[in-house]
Amino acid sequence: MNLTNLLKIALQALNGNKFRGFLTMLGIIIGVAAVITMLAIGQGSKKSIQEQIATMGSNMINIRPGGEQFGGVRRSAGEMQTLKLEDFEAIEKEAPYISAASPEVSSSGQVIFGANNSPTSIYGVSPSYLDIRKYKVAQGEVFSDEDVRSSAKVCVIGQTVVDNLFTNNEDPVGQTIRFNKIPFKVIGVLESKGDNTMGMDQDDIILAPYSTIQKRILAITYIHSMAVSASSEDATEDAIAGIQTILRRQHKIGPNAEDDFNVRSQKELISMMSSTTDMMTVLLACIAGISLFVGGIGIMNIMYVSVTERTREIGLRMSIGAKGFDILMQFLIEAILLSVTGGIIGVILGIGSAFIVKNILAWPIDIEFYTVILSFLVCTITGIFFGWYPAKKAADLDPIEALRYE
Amino acid sequence: MRKEIIRIEDLKRDFVVGEETVHALRGVSFSICEGEFVTIMGTSGSGKSTLLNLIGCLDTPTQGEYYLDGISVKTMNKNQRATLRNRKIGFIFQSYNLLPKTTAVDNVQLPLMYNSDVSAKERRQRSIRALQLVGLGDRLQHKSNQMSGGQQQRVAIARALVNEPVIILADEATGNLDTRTSFEILTLLQRLNTEEGRTIIFVTHNPELAEYSSRNIVIRDGRIKSDTYNPSVRSAKETLDKLPKQD
Repeated sequence: MNLTNLLKIALQALNGNKFRGFLTMLGIIIGVAAVITMLAIGQGSKKSIQEQIATMGSNMINIRPGGEQFGGVRRSAGEMQTLKLEDFEAIEKEAPYISAASPEVSSSGQVIFGANNSPTSIYGVSPSYLDIRKYKVAQGEVFSDEDVRSSAKVCVIGQTVVDNLFTNNEDPVGQTIRFNKIPFKVIGVLESKGDNTMGMDQDDIILAPYSTIQKRILAITYIHSMAVSASSEDATEDAIAGIQTILRRQHKIGPNAEDDFNVRSQKELISMMSSTTDMMTVLLACIAGISLFVGGIGIMNIMYVSVTERTREIGLRMSIGAKGFDILMQFLIEAILLSVTGGIIGVILGIGSAFIVKNILAWPIDIEFYTVILSFLVCTITGIFFGWYPAKKAADLDPIEALRYE
Repeated sequence: MRKEIIRIEDLKRDFVVGEETVHALRGVSFSICEGEFVTIMGTSGSGKSTLLNLIGCLDTPTQGEYYLDGISVKTMNKNQRATLRNRKIGFIFQSYNLLPKTTAVDNVQLPLMYNSDVSAKERRQRSIRALQLVGLGDRLQHKSNQMSGGQQQRVAIARALVNEPVIILADEATGNLDTRTSFEILTLLQRLNTEEGRTIIFVTHNPELAEYSSRNIVIRDGRIKSDTYNPSVRSAKETLDKLPKQD
């Protein structure tokens, strides 16, 4: 008995019961479609979070004060004054694997233009901050290093600030706005970046030279934090190590003493966010896996009924020379054909519904090739696993009994 | 001397039902030669079904020897017997046992599907030839549920012929058919016996049919009650012609 003949026999048998075959497949179809859709949604949200983090600058490194204890009390980073401008200069000059660095000082307050006002944050930075944070200027220009040196009262504003202040469609560039009573001349408008991963509006922002903010608004000489860009994402680790060495030297920290600063990269944020979405993906996959399992039980159920119903046919096949193995293979092939066909339809349906989710609900989706292969493999194994018992039962029938079966 | 197809020597078959042993066959011996048309008769419980199962290699004897076409069946395992059935025996059943919703050709070629020596092309040719032989050359693509009982039984006979068996075993082959159709089937079997030289064993409880066979074996209580040769075989075709025509 060769395989082609067995395949023909199984196909003939399935052909005789198309509707029941379809109903049997339904469980598998729904199971596979669910697996693919769920994984597509899970992977999609993971990917979109990664992309959003990348827009914030995936090679960005943040340096904050911290880690220092005063009499056992750990103080909040904002209160600390340990980061100095000299630290920034040292890093900018000496640190390896970095492409750009900017100090950060920030203040929040009310911004006023004419009769409009809105609460926002002002960031004192250097011009290279725009590259580090992946901001682009849509209109006008960025302040220069000369503006930093002279503590010029110029600023670049985000789209949300534009929308809140310039309600009469005035051209913002060249206008003067007031932040905490200090006038700033708007010299540029930033391209919109939208919300970040945390849901914060990245366009509700004013950027000005850090020296201006330090002197005219905060009256401080230290800096709040620093933003550094590593030369590439892979160089982040090396860049962090370099920064740490420089800062420890700058701060005269002994070999066994704790850092009084924190250096963080986006990688940690990425892995934190990914672990959340990974958990969600696993959860969704579990639910979908259960439905696939139920589909498999459906196949077993129908195959079992089918064996009982076709007992006489099995008896006949045996009497005209089918061996137990032939009968076993016939039913096994039937089960595999059912589950694989169901799998193919399920894959198509799953990809289809993933695209429906994308287009109608506007959720991000991402269909990975391996999920398709995986669900396909699971289908075949389901077919073999759940088809085996009924097939074995058929193969073990006694031809005499089977022929007399009513 | 004609070739001996079947030789049975003191065949016994016991069944254990609960704690009791039922002796279905208590020692049967006979031989059947090529070209014979044998009817085996007996009431229900006489052991004729058990004998048929043994001859058909569906079962193995508790004791005694059985040679089919010179091969000892007694020591064969399940798979060997399946192959033997596939090559040497053609079965005809009371209830036809055709595959539902399947064309005549596909039904007939079924035994050859389990024989990997036969190619798909040859399988089809032999199936068509077998169907032509039973007078269904014009109904090759008819499905089994689109045919009358007589036609279905003809398909079943074609299926029994397609593997060129040394013996055809018919189990109450006319039991489900009306008188006229029964004689049509009987005529066909007689023709296959005389014209094609087929060896046929026909198991029935209908004593009338003994007149149409060349030899009649009667079984009672697991033993052969009589084994008689029929010198004047009646022609089923003549009986058929005498039957009132149906309209």
